[in-house]
Amino acid sequence: MNDLLNQIQLVGEWLTSSAQWHGDDGIPHRLAEHLTYSGLSLLFATLIGLAFGLLVGHTGRGAFAVATVANLARAIPTFGLVVLVVTLAGLSTAPVLVALVALAVPPILINTFEGVRGVDPDARDAAKGMGMTGWEVLLKVEVPMALPLILLGLRVAAIQVVATATVAAYPGLGGLGRYIVDGLSRNDYQLVIGGSAVVVALALVVQAAFTALRRAVVSPGLRPAAAKS
Amino acid sequence: MRDGEPLIRWVWIGDHVGELAHYTGVHLRLGLLPVLFGLIISVPLGMLCHRYRWVYPPTLTAANVLYSIPSLALFMIFVRYTGLTERTVMIPLTLYTLSVLIPNVVDGLASVPDPVRQAATAMGFSAVRRVVQVELPIAVPVVVAGVRVAAVSSISLVAVGQLIGQGGLGYYITRGLQLDFPTPIITATVLIMLLALVTDALLVLTQRLLTPWARGKGAKA
Repeated sequence: MNDLLNQIQLVGEWLTSSAQWHGDDGIPHRLAEHLTYSGLSLLFATLIGLAFGLLVGHTGRGAFAVATVANLARAIPTFGLVVLVVTLAGLSTAPVLVALVALAVPPILINTFEGVRGVDPDARDAAKGMGMTGWEVLLKVEVPMALPLILLGLRVAAIQVVATATVAAYPGLGGLGRYIVDGLSRNDYQLVIGGSAVVVALALVVQAAFTALRRAVVSPGLRPAAAKS
Repeated sequence: MRDGEPLIRWVWIGDHVGELAHYTGVHLRLGLLPVLFGLIISVPLGMLCHRYRWVYPPTLTAANVLYSIPSLALFMIFVRYTGLTERTVMIPLTLYTLSVLIPNVVDGLASVPDPVRQAATAMGFSAVRRVVQVELPIAVPVVVAGVRVAAVSSISLVAVGQLIGQGGLGYYITRGLQLDFPTPIITATVLIMLLALVTDALLVLTQRLLTPWARGKGAKA
């Protein structure tokens, strides 16, 4: 218990020292880098995952391919991929993005696909009976009904990306992982634990943001179903 | 990468077969023992959550919060208590598996049809025997689905543990970067993917063996 308080005190001292809040190695700059990597990769992954997930879920074609690709992608070790792309293509933002997108696509893709596929066929038929076109069925019926699962996929992807972006610091890129990697190599425990605390806080903020988003955008009629996920 | 360096030096792989096998073994231990521990924790906890529904939301929230802590950060927090040892990698990985395994155990138990439960009770099964012999076997497909996700992500996360010196095949990833030599990085990355996929296939096979009745109906596992 004493030790825990001790650690909290260490983190507190680190967070409140003014050096942490200025310059290239300050928290605002590292946080901005971290958010840039995470945000861009999440954006690309969402475009890819949503497009294919909606397409395959709506048409019902290619379900096996989607499951196989998503499974394969999940097995890729992100750490290996980041380091590999840096070794091959040199140090820049691109390697991190490639690896993080590969990490984030599977949960978005699978959840979108499962969400759309799981829509009650009666609701789909009713929409068609009302004269809706394929696009209208997709946008007005399938997407809103699949939204709880789609958001769950996005949340899992976002948290994994924010967490894994720390790894980018190892081959010499920025982001919040810098503190952890530098702290390790300098044997500076305060730096390690301080950096970890900031990353954990960011992950929790992302989690809370998605909970709020779900409350805001999921149709009230679907709430009981949404509460389960 | 240096000029003229081929993407893969096959000779290097040939020279390091023994060492690669050793690190593969370590990698499997670091990746799969946490899944086993996770299962040992999740099954009773999931049963508890299924029986007393009010336990479920707080348990799931706790598991999700743990899951949202980045692996690198969680490794660092544990270094203080367990040092630079294998335990420092395995404890966080075990905690991560809970966020997939607990909901799947609960959903699996919820998938048991009520008439089946009543039939077992009517045949005089005690509560414990009913769970062990009837409910858990029926829950197997849903539980295994969770184990597959947990095992695949655990195996690929082990490599990050190399930053505290315990990463199995991750050793070759950091080594390759230090030497500016892509062969070890590619070899390790491909081996890790293979381990994950072979493990996944073995789990599917295990599920088929554990649920012989599913085959009779021609149901897809």
